[in-house]
Amino acid sequence: MSKHNLDYLDELEAEAIHILREVAGQFEKPALLFSGGKDSITLVRLAEKAFRPGKFPFPLVHIDTGHNFPETIQYRDKMVARLGEKLIIGHVQDSIDQGKAIEQKGKNASRNALQTVTLLDTIAHHQFDACIGGARRDEEKARAKERIFSVRDEFGQWDPKRQRPELWNIYNGKIHKGENVRVFPISNWTELDVWNYIRRENIALPSIYFAHERDCITRNGQLMAAAEFLNMDEEDVITRRNVRFRTVGDMTCTAAVESDAYLIDDIIDEISASKISERGARMDDKVSEAAMEDRKKGGYF
Amino acid sequence: MEILKFITAGSVDDGKSTLIGRLLYDTDAILADQLEALHRSNRKNDDGTIDLAILTDGLKAEREQGITIDVAYKYFQTEKRKFIIADAPGHIQYTRNMVTGASNANLAIILIDARKGVVEQTNRHSFLVSLLALPQVVVCVNKMDMVDYDEATFNQIVSQYKVLASKLNLQNVTYIPVSALKGDNIVNQSANMAWYNGKNLLEHLETAEIPVDDSAAHARFPVQWVVRPQTEELHDYRGYAGRISSGAFKVNDQVTVLPSGFSSTITKIELLDKEFDEAFAGQSVTIHLQDDIDISRGDVLVNSSAKPEVSQLIEADLCWMDTRALDTSLTYLIQHNSKVTRCRIQEVLYKFNINTLDKVYEEEFKLNDIGRVIIKTADPLAFDVYQNNKANGGAIIIDSRTNVTVGALMLRAAVE
Repeated sequence: MSKHNLDYLDELEAEAIHILREVAGQFEKPALLFSGGKDSITLVRLAEKAFRPGKFPFPLVHIDTGHNFPETIQYRDKMVARLGEKLIIGHVQDSIDQGKAIEQKGKNASRNALQTVTLLDTIAHHQFDACIGGARRDEEKARAKERIFSVRDEFGQWDPKRQRPELWNIYNGKIHKGENVRVFPISNWTELDVWNYIRRENIALPSIYFAHERDCITRNGQLMAAAEFLNMDEEDVITRRNVRFRTVGDMTCTAAVESDAYLIDDIIDEISASKISERGARMDDKVSEAAMEDRKKGGYF
Repeated sequence: MEILKFITAGSVDDGKSTLIGRLLYDTDAILADQLEALHRSNRKNDDGTIDLAILTDGLKAEREQGITIDVAYKYFQTEKRKFIIADAPGHIQYTRNMVTGASNANLAIILIDARKGVVEQTNRHSFLVSLLALPQVVVCVNKMDMVDYDEATFNQIVSQYKVLASKLNLQNVTYIPVSALKGDNIVNQSANMAWYNGKNLLEHLETAEIPVDDSAAHARFPVQWVVRPQTEELHDYRGYAGRISSGAFKVNDQVTVLPSGFSSTITKIELLDKEFDEAFAGQSVTIHLQDDIDISRGDVLVNSSAKPEVSQLIEADLCWMDTRALDTSLTYLIQHNSKVTRCRIQEVLYKFNINTLDKVYEEEFKLNDIGRVIIKTADPLAFDVYQNNKANGGAIIIDSRTNVTVGALMLRAAVE
């Protein structure tokens, strides 16, 4: 066997850096979608590898539902200050105020779906032609078929039947005016790969990824952080639990798992042993088997 | 730990999805909520067990039609290795999808139904594997349970396939008798085939060689981006960012920039806070040169002692991937690594009947057609022969009216 086979993390890293540099080389106005979650934090680290000591050839863009975990926002602002890169924030509240999006009512109300409106508006406003995201193919079966360069029409829609063939490591980023491309540099990473990379690179994460005590309620069989955004009523019994979050999304749709994983090694052990996939903790995918596919067609991340 | 990427060629009828489902299921790569979704769904095998094939159908249309129409990527790992499966459809109308899936694979699994032996689609799949220069083939003779695990049946299929393999010049072929449905010889050694002493499929996948082209002779570095901070303290910093597509580069190597032909010496190879004395195929790095020469995206750095072909007139194998037929009067774009230039398909020499492997002489080049062409490019391409160096021998054709990728090219030779 050749002695120069790359270790898997090196290979995944090299592939992602290559993809980021293709974005820089092929597009006029790219952007990196930053959610504050571990996948987009990993993308930032990869962008440092791809472009330092130069500046990033794109700003970071955060679509802010206004229902964030406060820890995420603190983390974001600290990180941006350290990087010295530009941050653009698209507020879902603005879309609601402008009447472009309507706030859901009732107990299970979430701004998760409204993010799409704000995202598409932000893309249009800044005329972004490529948006880099941290989606992975192992997350969900619609994503398993999505290209690394995934073309969206001017309505932000993904058409699974009209995907371009993607061969070798040649990425075709040619688009018409008004279209844009979503680019997924860590498509081939699994959840565990991301964690192992974060450990290897010693990347800091928002504290909610690690076990902590928190007021929680139970909704639809899942543990949720107690927060005013959840439209709680007397039926919602608050209990103090030791939890952590496996993904970082909007507080209204990100479920907690009970956990004693205080350190990254604990998390890696926990995930290795876990029998629930990461998106299983996202209530937004539970609706139907084709939930993700439908949302992606509508312009979701 | 390394990653092995493989493609599975076969159709629904050969039990391809069941085979992949079996690999995922038996290596514990299916998580509880996915399994729950599996149990919720109504599809069951005749004996009431879960239909593992469901694990690999991604899109709604596919679930409705019960066929795989696109390439789906699946991930699993064992103690020894990580695996990426490109699950591509096997029907002839999805040839382009199989070509796509095969382009990044280190190994192909070709499924043969033990009851049917080598059939037309076996020819086709094997031809594509050879065209895309996959270094290794595993022939899984599936549904052995349906032929009473009969050794003679297996041996007969092996001899049949050997004829085909030699015709297509497939060098590295392994044969395994399996039943994906029952789990024989997939992850566990089959008790039903004591006559088979070879490795089971998973063992084979865990130990198959993953070739890396790390010879200095093939050193190729397509420049993707020039890093120029232009700050006060880094005023003169100029680094060439890219991924080594093949071969190896060392500090002090003499390199030539193509197509311009200027030469210089490597002074530094780095990535963020790391410096390397030597870097190899697959690594993304930033390279610095001694001389300040004009280099931009689309150029390729090569070892000065072993240059690739540089030409504007190239013979190539072409797989057409668009519903609109090839138009030889039209100007297309060609993308070869980071280089994009205009091109025309100047001549169609012949096409292949990919079922019979015969040459066919007809002008029209339609969706899923494969043949040999002469292509003329506006700027010269610095390329290697695909069969010797896939990383620098593959290119795509883009229709500039639709921006869609319409063709895959395996470059063969510069035309004098």
